[in-house]
Amino acid sequence: MKLTSLMLNINGEDRTVIVRPADTLLEILREKLGLTGSKPGCLNGDCGACTVMVNQRTMKSCLMLGVEGEGTEITTIEGLKGTPIQQAFVENFAFQCGYCTPGFIMNSQALIQAHPNADDEKIKEWLESNICRCTGYEEIEKAIMSVIKNPGT
Amino acid sequence: MKTIGKSVIRKEAEDKVTGKAKYTDDKYAGDLKVLHGRLLTSPYAHARIKSVNTEEAWKVRGVRAIITGEGLPLTGEEIRDRPPIAVDKVRYHGEVVALVVADDPVIAKRAVSYINVEYDLLPVVNSPTEAVQEGAPLVHENVEEYDRDEDIHPIPRSNISNQMKIRKGNMEQGWSLSEVTIESNFSFSPSDHTAMETRCAVCEIKADGYVHIETSSQAPFMVKKLISAYFDIEVGKIVVDTPLVGGGYGGKASVFQEILAYIASKAVGGRAVKVLHSREEDMITTPCHVGLDAQIKLGATRNGKLKAARIQYLFDGGAYSDKAVHLSRAGGVDCTGPYEIEHIWCDSYAVYTNHPFASPYRGFSHSEVLFAFERAMDILAQELNMDPLHLRRINAIGPGDLTPTQVRLNRSNVGNVVECIDRVKELSKWDEGKIEEINERIIRVKGAACLWKNSTIPPDSVSGAILTFNEDGSINLISGVVEIGTGTKTVLAQMLAERLKMDIDQIHVRMKVDTQTTPEHWKTVASRGTFMAGRALLEAANDVICQLKEITATVLRSRVDDLDIGDQRVFLKEDPSIGLHFKEIAHGYTYPNGNSIGGQIIGRGNYILQRMTYLDQETGRGNPGPEWSVGAQVVEVEFDRRDYTYRVVKLYTVLDVGKVLNFMAARGQVTGAASMGLAFASRETFLFDDLGRVLNPQLRTYRPIHYKEHPEYIVEFVETPHIDAPFGARGVGEQGLLGIPAALGNGLSTAANVSLNQLPLIPELIWRTKEGK
Ligand code: FES
Ligand code: FES
Repeated sequence: MKLTSLMLNINGEDRTVIVRPADTLLEILREKLGLTGSKPGCLNGDCGACTVMVNQRTMKSCLMLGVEGEGTEITTIEGLKGTPIQQAFVENFAFQCGYCTPGFIMNSQALIQAHPNADDEKIKEWLESNICRCTGYEEIEKAIMSVIKNPGT
Repeated sequence: MKTIGKSVIRKEAEDKVTGKAKYTDDKYAGDLKVLHGRLLTSPYAHARIKSVNTEEAWKVRGVRAIITGEGLPLTGEEIRDRPPIAVDKVRYHGEVVALVVADDPVIAKRAVSYINVEYDLLPVVNSPTEAVQEGAPLVHENVEEYDRDEDIHPIPRSNISNQMKIRKGNMEQGWSLSEVTIESNFSFSPSDHTAMETRCAVCEIKADGYVHIETSSQAPFMVKKLISAYFDIEVGKIVVDTPLVGGGYGGKASVFQEILAYIASKAVGGRAVKVLHSREEDMITTPCHVGLDAQIKLGATRNGKLKAARIQYLFDGGAYSDKAVHLSRAGGVDCTGPYEIEHIWCDSYAVYTNHPFASPYRGFSHSEVLFAFERAMDILAQELNMDPLHLRRINAIGPGDLTPTQVRLNRSNVGNVVECIDRVKELSKWDEGKIEEINERIIRVKGAACLWKNSTIPPDSVSGAILTFNEDGSINLISGVVEIGTGTKTVLAQMLAERLKMDIDQIHVRMKVDTQTTPEHWKTVASRGTFMAGRALLEAANDVICQLKEITATVLRSRVDDLDIGDQRVFLKEDPSIGLHFKEIAHGYTYPNGNSIGGQIIGRGNYILQRMTYLDQETGRGNPGPEWSVGAQVVEVEFDRRDYTYRVVKLYTVLDVGKVLNFMAARGQVTGAASMGLAFASRETFLFDDLGRVLNPQLRTYRPIHYKEHPEYIVEFVETPHIDAPFGARGVGEQGLLGIPAALGNGLSTAANVSLNQLPLIPELIWRTKEGK
């Protein structure tokens, strides 16, 4: 197996890892860096459980190769501390088993950063790429609406 | 009450929003001590295995073992009919044919691709109706020879693994009293639970023979029992750990990946091996959601009083039995909706097919049989020209009535059906009409269904709880309930806080379960966590109260019954200022001169189901479970008459939950279950081709409900206490799902003016039924 060395900037820290060129970012985060907050729900881009931010934009880490991450800024759920969206998820009971939660929070956070006043349509466009099997989505919707100050302005 | 009923934030909330919550696979990420098991699965649903050639696969560097089916024991919780790895033939698409263990998952996968298997195709059994036809191919040739539980009776040379009978009253009399009869068939194929966490297990066999298994399971104690039985290992030498579980919905109540992990570890001299299922495997290789073919005939008087029901359920248990017999039995126990019917004849069969095999699914056969029965009720209402909710109301079962298994109901063991119907009628403005014209294409329609559920878990199911005190007077709460997302452990902490009148923050809940140190809780299923674990917990609470009071009585030189407890203090009822804080007595009390008494306060409590009985083989008579929770649901749909598409706008649920323990958590259980029910009703199914292959084992092609595809949820609770349960609470984890498929079927049948008797209710089905395609 051919291996290559890679420098990734993750949650503000430079990390060197030895990987296969074919390893996805998700595999590297979990297996090489112990950042297991990003979840392997399908490895096929269908569920969003693996969502992280790359250069502040939302990305499914199962769909991106680790080598593509060089020179970017990667943020995982472990890099979010005390954000309003995390608090909103807790207060609104926006999770049950919690397996989809990191992905939803990362996606929501990226959305809030890019569109602080997103309207319903915009929120849907962003969040419909994640699956939650436990909740009826109502609580997730409440959580996100609670941090979007002036929707649609 | 101070804590009960409040929307207390779940104890593991912070971990879950920071990525710190650990699920099984997370705990072994990057662990070089762990080898990786990967599966070769069958591309066919029914085929003879001519040969398996592993020669090329062995050449891949890093392969440690390649395991095929010979020499392994048969497995199965109720009937031992399943080789963990196929032998001689495969019986479903996705069945395990070989297991490769290697240093790395990539190596293991590569080796899997080098295994060569030759198959000879066999004729496929593609539905339970086909399975029971004369001359149908046999999925198992000698079903009667398998080891099985005593009360299971397979029919030799058939695909039937069990027949469950309900015989209540006298059918001849029932039909002669009936002025109106209807008869109809209903069906749907197997589908899947699709928990977001795929199943995972890690097994290691230690030098001293102890078997350690960590697994994403709803039933760690069952894993211990079954691995012990299958592989003949002392039960005390098996230790099963379960951390947080990423969704179960019944699917993780079956024992599957643990067996493979054990076999794999054994093959490499006991080293730790992880088996993590891919999404595709998690959908079809591991157990799925049962299918059903149903036939229902109902008889009633002209004014709508139900007189007779004749029912046949053919449950599609798939290729192996696992829980199929039990599922079909539960379907028989509550074979009707929540109605008083004097004359009932039901045959509920567990049937083998060449489909992925079934495990429990949220509601344990209830949403399934209710789809059929509650659709039949609407068909009857139409025949009678009667409002369907009115028909349900005048037949609603209640105290004094006899259930299908002839249990006499009282005010405690059943909820209030009539009140649920009345509330849902009001909330949904039912009387304003079932159909509303929006424009020339769109109409708004409503459909209703009632629901009930008892849990038919074994009559000797147990649960236990342990409370230990820390020196600061805080308490550790240890229970065998697995935290699968239902928040049950937080609810247990609420009960304890309520009983001890203390701050819930001073209660530390142990989230993970370890079968060596956690008291047993049978399985985290059937909405019985709060009931059984709650009873055990309250007993443990009483135990610590006694201990705390005794030691305080000694110190204060008072009588035990003159003491009260609150805010982590034990004090004199007469003068609350005189007393001791828990921290002074939790680890023993020390007198000023150094003399000490007591010791660490440790409380214990247990519970076993009371007065349940086995069911009579010929009539089904018997007491199957502790109580029936009931409810009524209404679905409001906008239906496009031109292209048969529709949008579910509102979903009303009224449930009798006995007592609301944590409002937001309970509501979340209901809306989550309803969402799952809506997915099952409207879109989810395995699509089988003629060879019995599943065409859509991916989240892209088998598409669950996504964000913003949900309706508005209106939820209300009725509270008729179940006397035996902690604080009177009834089950709440499954009930929100149960009436949805039928309610949607009823609404859309009204909208399209045609009888829709299959699931899922996709526009194509409506079109085909309507246009006879
Ligand atoms: S794991 Fe990446 S989208 Fe599902
Ligand atoms: S909380 Fe379980 S999948 Fe979303």
